[in-house]
Amino acid sequence: MAHFIDRRLNGKNKSSVNRQRFIRRNKAQIKKAVGDAITSRSVTDVETGEQIVIPRKDLSEPFFHQGKGGKREQVHPGNDKFQPGDKIERPPEGNGSGHGSGQGNASDSGEGNDEFSFEISRDEYLDLLFEDLELPNLEQKEVSNITETKVVRAGFSSVGLPNNINIVRSLRKSQARRIAMTGSKRRELRVLEERISNLLASNASPTPEIEQLRKDIAHLKQQIKKVPFIDDFDIQYNNYVSFPCPSSRAVMFCLMDVSGSMDQATKDIAKRFYILLYLFLSRTYKTIEVVYIRHHTQAKEVDEQEFFYSQETGGTIVSSALKLMHNIQQARYPASQWNVYGAQASDGDNWADDTPLCHKLLAENILPNSRYFSYIEITNRAHQSLWDAYQELSEQKSQFAIKHIKEVSDIYPVFRQLFEKKLA
Amino acid sequence: MSSNKLLDDGSDWTFEKLDSYHQQIKIVAQRYRLDTYPNQIEIITSEQMMDAYSSVGMPIGYSHWSYGKKFIQTQQGYNRGQMGLAYEIVINSNPCIAYLMEENTMTMQALVIAHACYGHNSFFKNNYLFTTWTDADSIIDYLVFAKKFISDCEEKHGIAAVENILDSCHALMNLGVDRYKRPSKISMHEELLRQQEREQYLQSQVNDLWRTVPKSDDLDSLIKQRIPSEPQENILYFIEKNAPLLKSWQREVIRIVRKISQYFYPQKQTQVMNEGWATFWHYTILNTLYDDGVVSEKFILEFLHHHTNVVYQPPYHSQYYNGINPYALGFAMFSDIRRICEQPTPEDRQWFPDIAGSDWLDTLHFACKNFKDESFISQYLSPHLMRQMKLFSVTDDAAKDHILVDSIHNEMGYRQIRDNLAKQYNLSNLEPNIQVYDVQIEGDRSITLRYYPHQSIPLAKSSDEMLKHLHRLWGFEVKLEQVDDAGEVEMLGTCPKRKA
Repeated sequence: MAHFIDRRLNGKNKSSVNRQRFIRRNKAQIKKAVGDAITSRSVTDVETGEQIVIPRKDLSEPFFHQGKGGKREQVHPGNDKFQPGDKIERPPEGNGSGHGSGQGNASDSGEGNDEFSFEISRDEYLDLLFEDLELPNLEQKEVSNITETKVVRAGFSSVGLPNNINIVRSLRKSQARRIAMTGSKRRELRVLEERISNLLASNASPTPEIEQLRKDIAHLKQQIKKVPFIDDFDIQYNNYVSFPCPSSRAVMFCLMDVSGSMDQATKDIAKRFYILLYLFLSRTYKTIEVVYIRHHTQAKEVDEQEFFYSQETGGTIVSSALKLMHNIQQARYPASQWNVYGAQASDGDNWADDTPLCHKLLAENILPNSRYFSYIEITNRAHQSLWDAYQELSEQKSQFAIKHIKEVSDIYPVFRQLFEKKLA
Repeated sequence: MSSNKLLDDGSDWTFEKLDSYHQQIKIVAQRYRLDTYPNQIEIITSEQMMDAYSSVGMPIGYSHWSYGKKFIQTQQGYNRGQMGLAYEIVINSNPCIAYLMEENTMTMQALVIAHACYGHNSFFKNNYLFTTWTDADSIIDYLVFAKKFISDCEEKHGIAAVENILDSCHALMNLGVDRYKRPSKISMHEELLRQQEREQYLQSQVNDLWRTVPKSDDLDSLIKQRIPSEPQENILYFIEKNAPLLKSWQREVIRIVRKISQYFYPQKQTQVMNEGWATFWHYTILNTLYDDGVVSEKFILEFLHHHTNVVYQPPYHSQYYNGINPYALGFAMFSDIRRICEQPTPEDRQWFPDIAGSDWLDTLHFACKNFKDESFISQYLSPHLMRQMKLFSVTDDAAKDHILVDSIHNEMGYRQIRDNLAKQYNLSNLEPNIQVYDVQIEGDRSITLRYYPHQSIPLAKSSDEMLKHLHRLWGFEVKLEQVDDAGEVEMLGTCPKRKA
């Protein structure tokens, strides 16, 4: 008798282990491909996986097999014109009509420089992209600094709000109390009832003794009945306490110079950097808010579209943006509840007199409230005063880092450098 | 049988319908005396089918990256519509497991049940190669054992270490079979019991083999002793038993790969017969059901459409031509045998005096039991079929400028075409003949392999990579030599590479 078994609901990804093995084995190539891909990736595309192309020769599974040459006899079907003794031109390279071995998957591994391309999922992509990277300075902030709380259950209490009554526990307590308070009286009752039934059995006519017993029994029953079914102190409430927990919220400030000297290409580079940072933060924090601040001589909080695509002209005063960032952070994102990250991109231009002010703002107002603040300078020219001032600051403050980017392909390496796991 | 009522021919299948079709197919199969293992029919999704595909059809396999690679390739091919999935996969086990894809229509499911659960199944149970070389009762248990053993090894010794050994073993898989010696059957219980014992025993044996300070009076006899005493064709077996540096778990891994390779070896030797047998029976069984009035015209037309696709043989000049289609050849041959039995021509009586006019069912069962592709073709390929398929034979000699047409489907050519086609399915001509020739137990412990070219066909370029794999397993120098017909020995390569 045959059995039909429906396996459709069984584990689907039986091969996922093997797939992971495959990725593990080819990690070096895949990682390189991922690194290459980030520069050519559409900047707004953060939700999809990635098409990975790696050279096929690294994947070959060699085996001993016969090569070309020698003498072979082959039988083919469908003769339409040949007579014995006919000579046929050898078909140009490739197997042509040869190899009629019926062996099916004659593997081509070992030869050919084809590329092997396949899709990896978003999670696999991000894992590979951010492997070996970590958010710096997480350990420096103590838990005491973090005041976000989470409500957790904490047993039961005898006081509380009516909507938190725990019915099962309350009734259990009530029953226990009733049993305890009526126990001795029930025992007495049983004794009296036994006696009365004995007396009734022995003599039929009512005696004063029986009368008395009946009265006692009625009295006891009354008393038992008076014990209340539920009492105030039976009631139990679910208890909740709030428990401090590390904040899972982060805010990311994107600061960008939009003065005339920043062209669209430079902005695109900055944008890619912001996206990487956003993706990276999203792996650690549940909710991330992004604040876009652009500035020329004045700073302004804007939406994403305006941030990246509107063009302004004029001079550059960096401190205006820093000031605005500080104000917004103080007003909306208190450092006790939010993990504050800042990323500033600029081509390095600044009003010379403004630079000391920037230094001061960062050192005194912004950095003490931030987990990390990174500055990238996108330029092909020599550094200007802002870079020097920042460099000095970055040597003093560990949560401040500056890097120099020249072209698109620098972004990912620079990003890796910024967040590299530091060995303790 | 005439009281049969027509089965529902709607294209969607249900479990009830599967069961009623299966009942009918089973009755017909029994009428044709198909002797099978019990059937276990599993319904799976296309994704699970791809899983099964990528682990070479083993229902339970150990983890290895190459299966992941195959899965990715299969999935891509399928998603892009470049290739369809096989309609079924069937496992040579007892009970015989057959996978049906849920996407198939009812007609397809019936086709697959007839094809796999009665065709392949009866072939597995009766063909001499399968009955002597594989043990359907224990294969599933053995695969469970292998998976567990390998994952334990990964835990103990690290994924990379196990992967390295598996890579090398997979590379040598084709050279890990006993072609002539019948292997003992495998059973998980015995394997588990014997494994510990074997581990220790092997290790001590190996140490003995390499004891390099023999007693002085034994020296002469030891020098004369040649290892191996005869050339060994089962290279993995030789390495498992004799490689000096392998740990016992590594030997066990080699053994697992070897056993699995051995298990699949009969399937490689009976492709035409196996597929032909299964195709012949799905065709015969479902047509019988139609003749009996059990299935409708609609059903049989859809079935014939699929059947015709399966047995299509493109001619040599077609862009779809990719060698001879084993389904087409096998189906044509079994059908032809039936024809020879039932309606023999004078030519058939001359070529097949023993079967012409005999009982076709007896003859077919005899053929199924006692042949493999090579012998089956050289026994049963008839001139009638050669004419029908318009077969012709060519010789491609690299030393000449042209490919020569030797023989065509005429009186002069029948025998040669039949011989050549049979040779085309002789695995020992298709796979390179490489043997362990010598091991230097006295000196540098190097191992020498010899390649004996068949019709001066050279070894493919991948042999350098292969030497690295051999070297990983053997642990000392590996030499590969080629011996041509004249007995001349030529060094093909060594690993590690010798400085010139």
